[in-house]
Amino acid sequence: MAKQTIIPFGPQHPVLPEPVHLDLVLEDETVVQAIPSIGFVHRGLEKLVEKKEYTELMYVTERICGICAFGHNWGYCHAIELLMKVDVPERAEYLRTLWHELSRVHSHLLWLGLLADAFGFESLFNHCWRLRESVLDLFEKTTGGRVIFSVNKIGGVHRDISPEVLTEMATVVAGMRKEVNELINVFVNDTSVKNRLVGVGVVTKEEAEDLCAVGPTARGSGVVTDIRLTGNGVYDKIGFEPIIEEAGDCYARTLVRCRELIQSMDMVIEICETIPEGEIAVPVKGKPEGEFFARLEQPRGEAFYYVKGNGTKNLERMRVRTPTNINIPFLVKSLEGCSLADVPVIVICIDPCISCTER
Amino acid sequence: MATFKIGKMLMRSLFGKPATLMYPVKPAKITDSTRGHMTIDIDKCVFCSLCAKKCPTNALTVDRKARTWEIQRMRCIQCNACAVACNKDALQMAPEYTAPNTEKVVDLFQGPPKEEKPKAEKVEKAAEAPAVEAAAETAAEAAPQAEA
Repeated sequence: MAKQTIIPFGPQHPVLPEPVHLDLVLEDETVVQAIPSIGFVHRGLEKLVEKKEYTELMYVTERICGICAFGHNWGYCHAIELLMKVDVPERAEYLRTLWHELSRVHSHLLWLGLLADAFGFESLFNHCWRLRESVLDLFEKTTGGRVIFSVNKIGGVHRDISPEVLTEMATVVAGMRKEVNELINVFVNDTSVKNRLVGVGVVTKEEAEDLCAVGPTARGSGVVTDIRLTGNGVYDKIGFEPIIEEAGDCYARTLVRCRELIQSMDMVIEICETIPEGEIAVPVKGKPEGEFFARLEQPRGEAFYYVKGNGTKNLERMRVRTPTNINIPFLVKSLEGCSLADVPVIVICIDPCISCTER
Repeated sequence: MATFKIGKMLMRSLFGKPATLMYPVKPAKITDSTRGHMTIDIDKCVFCSLCAKKCPTNALTVDRKARTWEIQRMRCIQCNACAVACNKDALQMAPEYTAPNTEKVVDLFQGPPKEEKPKAEKVEKAAEAPAVEAAAETAAEAAPQAEA
C-alpha cells in the first residue's frame, strides 16, 4: 500500500467561491477519502427569529444566500402562507415563478462560469458571466434590486410588472437564449471540456438515492427528484418536465444544468406571454400559530422550510435545510477514487453554496 | 477545438464594444425602479413613527416632539418597508445611490413647526390643561421621593 498523505483543500482556494475545508487523504495522486469541515461563515440567522417579527423575517431569509435570495424568500413566504391558510392570487404566483426561474437562469450561468474557471477556460467563464449580467439588469428593472429583491410579502408580492416590461423581458431572454446555445455547444461538444468531465466523479443512481442527494446533482445520476413537480408555483400550468441524465458523472451534471438553463428560459418566455391579469396581493390578518413544513426547488436542489408559530408576532422556531447541506455526503462519495487534479471540478459540480449551508 | 465552437462569440467580443461600462466617464445604469436611497417629503410627515417601527434594521429615529426624522444611511438596507408602511405617502425610494463614505452618515430632517389652529372650544380646554399638567408634575416629583 502506498504511503498516505493528507492535503488540506480550502477554506481559501482559487476554485472555491465560498469557504469549505476538505482534508484529502491521498495515496500517490488518488484521493482515497475526503473529510469535510464547515463552519467558517456561520451567521446565526435562525436565532434572529426570536427577535424579529414574522413579517420582518422576509428581509432575513433573503440574506441566507446571495444567489437564490428570491427562492429562500419565497420558501419562507410559502411556509407562512400555508400555515396561515392564505390564498395567494394567481398573478402573484406567476410573478414569483417568473422571478424564481430567472434566478435559476442566473444561478446556472454563474455556475457554468465557475465550472469553466475550475477547468481553466477563462474566456468561457467571462462570457457566461457577461450573459448573466443581462438577467441582473432585468431584475433591477422589475424589482429594484440586482441581488436582494425585497418584492415578496406574506400574501403576494409588492411590485407588479407592466405588460410593456413583460414583452421586453421576453425579447431579452429570447435574445439571450441564442447566445446561451452557443455557450452550451462548447460545454456539451468540446473535446477538451469533455476530457475534464466525462467519467469524473461517478456516483450511481443507487448511491445517490442512499445519500439522499437533491437537485441537479441527483438528477445527473438518474434520480427523479424535483420539487417543482409537487405543485408550488404555476409549474403545472406551464408544462414543466424534470430533466434527468443517467450517467452520474460531472458531464451528466453539466448536461442537466445546461438543459435546465434552456428550459427555464423557455418557461420565462411562456410566463411573460401567458400571465393572467388580477390582484398581486391579499391582505393578511392574524398571527401564525402551529407548525408547517414547506419545500421548494432552488437552483441547487430541494430546500426545506420549517416554521413554528405560537400565536404571537414572533415565530418560535424557523429552520431552513438547504440543498448544499444535504449534498455534502454526495460530494465526499464522488471524491473517492478521483485524482487530485479533478478535485476542483468535482467540488464545483455539486454547486456548493456554503453561506446557504451555514446560514 | 473550443476556439471554433465559440469563434463567432469571440469575434463579436474582439471587434465589438466592451461588455463593461467605462464607469466614471459614463454614468452607471440606473432604472426608474432601482432602490437607491430613501427620501422624505418632510412637509407631509406627521411623525407617527410607524416607519421606525417597521424598519427591520432600526435605521430610523422619529422624534414627535422635536419634529425630526433621522436616518442612519449605513444601516438602511433599502428594503422599502418604511415606504410601504407610511400612510401619508411621505417616504419615497430614489433611484440614485448615496455617495460612498468613510463615516457613518446620519441624515436629519427637521419638520416645519406645527400649525396651531385654536378653536373656541379648544382654547377653553387649553386653559384647563396647565392645571392638570401641573398636578401631574407634582405627582411625578413626589413619586421618586416616595421611592427614596
